[in-house]
Parts: sequence; structure tokens; C-alpha cells
Amino acid sequence: MPAYSIQVNGKTHTVNTEEATPLLWVLREHLQLTGTKYGCGVGQCGACTIHLDGTPMRACTLPIDGVADGQSITTIEGLSEEGDHPIQQAWIQEQVPQCGYCQSGQIMQAVALLEKNPNPSRTEIVQHMNGNLCRCGTYTRIVKAIQTAANS
Amino acid sequence: MTVAGSTVAIGITAYALYPKLAASKKEKVAPEDWVESSITAWVHLRNDGRITIYNPAAEMGQGSLTALPVILAEELDANWEDVHIETAPIDVATYGFKAFGNRKVMINVGSRTVMGYYEPLRQAGAKARYILLHSVALHWNVPIAELTTQESIVMHETSQQKMSYGEVVDILQIPESIPEIAAADMKSPTDFRLIGKTIPRFEIPTKVDGSAQFSIDVHLPDMHYGVLERGNLHGSTPTLRNSEAIQAMEGIVAIVPFAYGIGIVATTMEKALAAKAKLEMEWSEDVPAAQHSSQLALGSYEDLVQQAKAGKVLHSKGDVNAALQQGSKQYQSIYKNDYIYHAQMEPLNAVASVSADGKGVAIWAGTQNPGSIAPTVAEVLGIEADQVKLNLSYLGGGLGRRSTTDFIVEAVKLSEAVAKPVKMIWTREDDLRYGMYRPLSLQQLEASTDEAGNIMALRHRIVGDGSNLIASGARNEFYNIPNQEVGLDLVENGIRIKHWRSVGHGPNKFAIESFIDEIAADQAKDPLEMRRALMKDNPKALATLEKAAEMAKWGSPVAEGRAKGMAFGERSGALCVGICEISLADSGQIRVHHFWSAVDAGTIVQPDNVVAQMEGGIVMGMSSVFSEQLTIEKGRVQQSNFHDYPILRMEDAPESIEIAMMPSTEAPKGIGEASTPIVAGAIANAFAALTGKRLRHLPFTPDRVKEVLQEEAPS
Repeated sequence: MPAYSIQVNGKTHTVNTEEATPLLWVLREHLQLTGTKYGCGVGQCGACTIHLDGTPMRACTLPIDGVADGQSITTIEGLSEEGDHPIQQAWIQEQVPQCGYCQSGQIMQAVALLEKNPNPSRTEIVQHMNGNLCRCGTYTRIVKAIQTAANS
Repeated sequence: MTVAGSTVAIGITAYALYPKLAASKKEKVAPEDWVESSITAWVHLRNDGRITIYNPAAEMGQGSLTALPVILAEELDANWEDVHIETAPIDVATYGFKAFGNRKVMINVGSRTVMGYYEPLRQAGAKARYILLHSVALHWNVPIAELTTQESIVMHETSQQKMSYGEVVDILQIPESIPEIAAADMKSPTDFRLIGKTIPRFEIPTKVDGSAQFSIDVHLPDMHYGVLERGNLHGSTPTLRNSEAIQAMEGIVAIVPFAYGIGIVATTMEKALAAKAKLEMEWSEDVPAAQHSSQLALGSYEDLVQQAKAGKVLHSKGDVNAALQQGSKQYQSIYKNDYIYHAQMEPLNAVASVSADGKGVAIWAGTQNPGSIAPTVAEVLGIEADQVKLNLSYLGGGLGRRSTTDFIVEAVKLSEAVAKPVKMIWTREDDLRYGMYRPLSLQQLEASTDEAGNIMALRHRIVGDGSNLIASGARNEFYNIPNQEVGLDLVENGIRIKHWRSVGHGPNKFAIESFIDEIAADQAKDPLEMRRALMKDNPKALATLEKAAEMAKWGSPVAEGRAKGMAFGERSGALCVGICEISLADSGQIRVHHFWSAVDAGTIVQPDNVVAQMEGGIVMGMSSVFSEQLTIEKGRVQQSNFHDYPILRMEDAPESIEIAMMPSTEAPKGIGEASTPIVAGAIANAFAALTGKRLRHLPFTPDRVKEVLQEEAPS
């Protein structure tokens, strides 16, 4: 079983697993970073969204073998030290989460949007976020929270 | 001073009449000097002022983790900043509430949680406060009736003494018996500081930083991983053809047979999933479900309902048969709905760790039925129930699916088989294909109207599987229809079925509210006028109707290509009226631009929880109206994941959702399922207003919409 060395939230980790193992299981089960969630395993729900060199990716469809040397992974745990990234603060202010299971993925996706486009229109927000499912139906609050964070 | 069980007239209604004091200063007690005392099973108090309140319910996003402690804290008269919340031990006798025929339960279904715990928690808070006052009265040697409280401070006006709740720990004296606190000695709603005020939910910060733990997140030393293969033919039994090859795979620890599936335990998640993918299995075909194809079944339901009478009359008022014949005009319509799936975001899973001697087990699970886990698992393992410890996790969605114990029993059996802790997950495919669905059903509605157009009689017949799963919501207690009958024809398909958020109310309110509008349209009557007349004996329903109409500016001109529709429904005591504004694309896709809803849900404990549940219920309702459809062919579930069972995405959510809560001092009603039932009717009615055509088969897929548009207009 090969050994893989990956950078997650600024730290280097070594894991032993098969080359096809999705990054999702590496993060959740090998590294016990469980903030990134399993929702569907086929890239349809977005609950597993992380950043790879700042780009949002679905960890469930990214095999560990597909992470190149030197690439930097950020998970929800690495977004801020105190849980106080402006997006996280906006999420709290707007009381976005209900069950909360999708929200790590929502937040990681939203952060990537504002890093690229600090003042998105509603249409741009929806287009960017549309790949992230929320069964509890918090979509209108997610839009509001992103707008709140953009204006802060 | 008191006799056990009697009420005590000690005048502890004297909550502070003083202007609000400065926030209670936290006792500067260093952590090494902390002392925590149990006041009651519900409240622990630490000498630095921290008040721990125990939450007895599953938190699945409905916010009861915060709302229930708010109720208790109100009567305790606690400063909310002092409050810390913990999950209660799963001890039904202590932490249950009375339901289902006066027995105590710890179960969170049917939107009963806040409703069911409201009075017990007020009592619990008042009793805890009594104990603090009792201690202080003894300490200061003053009559308890002269004491008052305000936000974690006890005061004696006469002697100008004050003591913070934290300081009471040092002088705590629990009385031998604690009296029931009379209603008159509890707060009047006008004095509420917490109930009815918006308080940020306690666990939300952990749901934005990844630290909130669901059972799927649990890690234990030496934990192994389990999965089952259950196929997609419900009721079928499996035969495994390649057990040797599977056992030989690296890291496979055990193959564990179940009546309905094959379980695998492995050292890692990826190894378990890899082995699952390699299973070669045969499934028995001689099961009832194998004869069932969902679209054909709906056709047979239509045939069935043309036969003379309903198999069983569930409810009857007046004389429907006579009134149907006597009316000046008769109406009849048929409505149908396909199977749908819960699709909660966290697939089912549980972690179980059976002890080495097999006599005990620790479980981590998100369940809507925490009180039933110990007895169920004890029976499975042949052990004592008090040796089963459930650690109740947050639920990544309950929605009615998580009230069964099957997934927990699976984890326990896997752990028992390998004598190791096992995290067992259902893949999304498992969760969907071996789900328990909202039943396929058909409603036939018949009505007659008198010369003035009033509905004299309404017969509501339901065909489908599941008894109360399809019958709930068929009654009309708030409409002035003198002759009513609800009939049921039960069919057994062998498909796994369950309560899906709002149960039978979704399909039945869709049918009723569509039918009301069909009759109104035939009479060229405004749907609002129609419902005003129907609700004339029900002022609360009327008020909710008027509020919704006002919010939505019903009757005002609507933009070109748009229309509004309305629907009413009651569930769990909450009255809800919803109005939507839609447009229609050439593709057949209906777009909901705005949704307005007014709800009368009694006392509102946490307003933002209510708004959130109403919003979420509308979105989930829309999802079931537009996107969701499970099809079954010869027993085989045809869908497997979100690519072929889509749920509503952000692009299809309304641009705005506006919620109004009717003021009330009645006891709280159930809010979690209040808005979902009215969504389908509101949309169908808006569609009819826009096109003159009726949609009668859920979901309203673009194909079905186009088919309906091409039909001849009704004569």
C-alpha cells in the first residue's frame, strides 16, 4: 500500500492507502478531520467541498493519487483559527444552518466565491453555489449570508 | 412547609419589578475552585454561575437543543448568558414527555418536541427555581414568599440582600419534597424574557467550523468499518456467491449475513467499500414487491376507486351519500403522487462498540427515537437494557427516516460479530435504494354544492399502502362542510414505506386544496372568497388566511406571465396558509418566484426557529413537487443517487420567502411540518390561475406539465 504525503491546513501528513482512495476518506477517517462530510460520493451534493490550492473541489471524487506534490489542501477546520472567518461570522449572524451537515461544504464553496469575486450579484451567487445541496432548505439564508459577508 | 405533591402558595410570582439590573456579574471563581451541584435532573449549577440545562431531544436542525432549555430557563429565571446546554442521559422515566396514550417517551417525531415538552419544562424550571429560593430563604432566615428573582439573581427587598445563583451552590439545600408549582405561580406570557425572543442557536457556531459531531464523525480506538449490501428489491433475501474471494481481500475482517443483506467489516472505510463493490449476490425473486411497478400500480388504484365503496370509512360527519346526490352540482377529481425518498443529507449510519464480554454496548447514533434504542438493542443482544448506552449525536436530517432502529441494530450486530467497535455507514445508494418511502397514493375527491355554490358534501377516498401514512391530513376540521367522509382502500405492495415530513398531509392537502380551487374556478369565484366562506366558523384560520393574503397582496395585479395560488392546511395544531407566485417556462418548468406564508402555531418559543422551519418546509415541499420521483419496476427501485433523484437546488429556490407568525398565547403547536403540506396545492392552484389547466399528479415534472398543457381545456 503506497504512502502519500499531503499538506492539509498547513501541516504535512503521511497516509498509507490505495491510490484510488478518495481524499474524502483520507481526510475524514485517516486524519480524523471530520468537518468535511460524506453526502453522496459522486460529486452531486457538495458536502465534501475543500480547497485545493484555493480552488473548491469535491473531495469524494478526488483520488489521493490525484493530489500533486506541493498542492495545499484547506478544509473547514483550516479556514480560521477561531471559527471567525467573515463568512463564518455571516453564517452565524444570519443563523444559516439547520441540521448543519451540508454547511462545511457550503461555506468552503462560498469562501472561494468571495475570494474571486468580492461583490457578487445574486445571479453570480446562485450560479456558483448551485452545486451544493441543502435538504433543510436554507438556500435563501445562504444567499443572504454571502451578501452580508460581501458587504462587511 | 409543604406536603409532597401539593401545590404551595408561596407567592413566588413576584418576579422582579425592578428595572433591569446590570448583567449579573459572573462570580470570579477560579476553575480549580469550581463546584458543580445538581439542582434537579434537569439543571446543574456551578458556583461560578454557569447553569447547565439538559436537553432531552434529538437536535436535527429544528433548533430544539436551544428552544427546550429556553423554556426551562424562562421559569428558572436564568440569565441566558449563564446557560450551557448538554444532551440529557437517555433515561425515559426522567427525561421523557407524555405522548401516544399517556406514556412517557423520548421520541422526536410529528413535530411534537416543543409542544410536548412545553409544560413539563416550565414545571422543571419553576421547580429548580423553587429549590434555589428554598435554600436562600433558609440561609437568610426569611420567608420564601418575600424572595424574588431576576435573571440569575435572588433578592430580598426588605433587607436589600442579593445573591447570584452561582453563590447559592455554597448554601444549597435540596428540600425533601418539591411541590408542583401552580400555573398561577409561573410567569405570565407578558413577563417572558426568553420565550418569544430571538436567541442565537446554541450549536450553530459548531456547525460553521466543522466541529459539530454527527455519528458518522465518531472515532474510537481500534474502530473498524462496516457496510451492508441490501439490494434494491425490498423483502428479498440474498445469497452470496463469492464469499471466499471477498474474505481473501486485504483488510476484510468478517462477512456478516443478515436476512435482507450481507454485511462486511473491514479495517478501513475504503476497503469495506471496495469489498462491497465486489460482492456477487443473487436475490430471491419470490417476494410481493417483485410484482409491483409504481406507474402500473397507480393505474390499478384508479380502477380500484371506480368500484363501489371504500374498503374502510375512517371518518364520517353528516350523510355524505345523501348530500352528494341532493346538491345542485357534483364534482369529482383524482390526484396522484409518486414515491419519494427522505434524502436527508447525512446518510444513515451508527457506531457500535459491544464490550468484550458481550454484556454491554455503547452506541453513537443520530436518532429520532432515542428512548427505544436501549430496549431494542438489549433484546437483540440478549442483555439488560441498562447495559446499552446511547450517545445521541446531532442528526444530519431526521425528516421521519431516523425514527427506526434498523441502522443501529446493524451496527451493533457487526460489532458483536467482530468484537470490535464498528462504524457502519449506508452509502447514498444504500440510503436511497433501501429507503422507506412516502407511499405511492391516489386521492379521489367528490363534492356537491348547493344552489349558492357552497360545498355541502365532500368525500375523500385514498388508495395506497400504509394506513395512517396516507390517511393523515384528509380531514377538514376548519372548513365548514357539513357532510364529510374519509375512506381508505389499503393495498400492500411490499415496498418499505415511512413517515416523510408531514406524512399523509402532503398528498391529502394537495388534493383538497386543488379541489377547492377547481370548484371555485367552476363558479368563477375567487379562491380567497371561497376559503373565507369555508372558514367562517374558524376565526383563527380566517385570521391566518387574511394575513397571508395581505402579505402576498392577493388581488393586486400580477405581472404578465405570472400568477398566484393559495392553499391552507393544519398539521400538529398549526394552521398554515401559503401563497406562491409562479411563472412557466416553455420547457414546462414552473418557477416559484415568491412564497408567503402565515402560520398560527400558538405560543412561539423561538421565533427564528419557526421561520427557519417554515422556510425549510416550503423548500422541501417544492422539491417534492418538482424534482423528486422514485420509480419502481417489478420491485426494483430505479434510482440510486442525486443524479437521478434530484432534490431542489438553490437556483430553483424562491427569490424570497416571507413568513408571518400569528400572535397567540395558546400552548405551542407543532411547527416542523406546518408549511410542507400547503406547497403542492399553492403551486397547482397558481398553475391553474396561469393556464386554466390542472396538475393532478405529483411531481409536476416538465413532461407532465407539457402533457397537461396539451390536453383539451375542461368544458
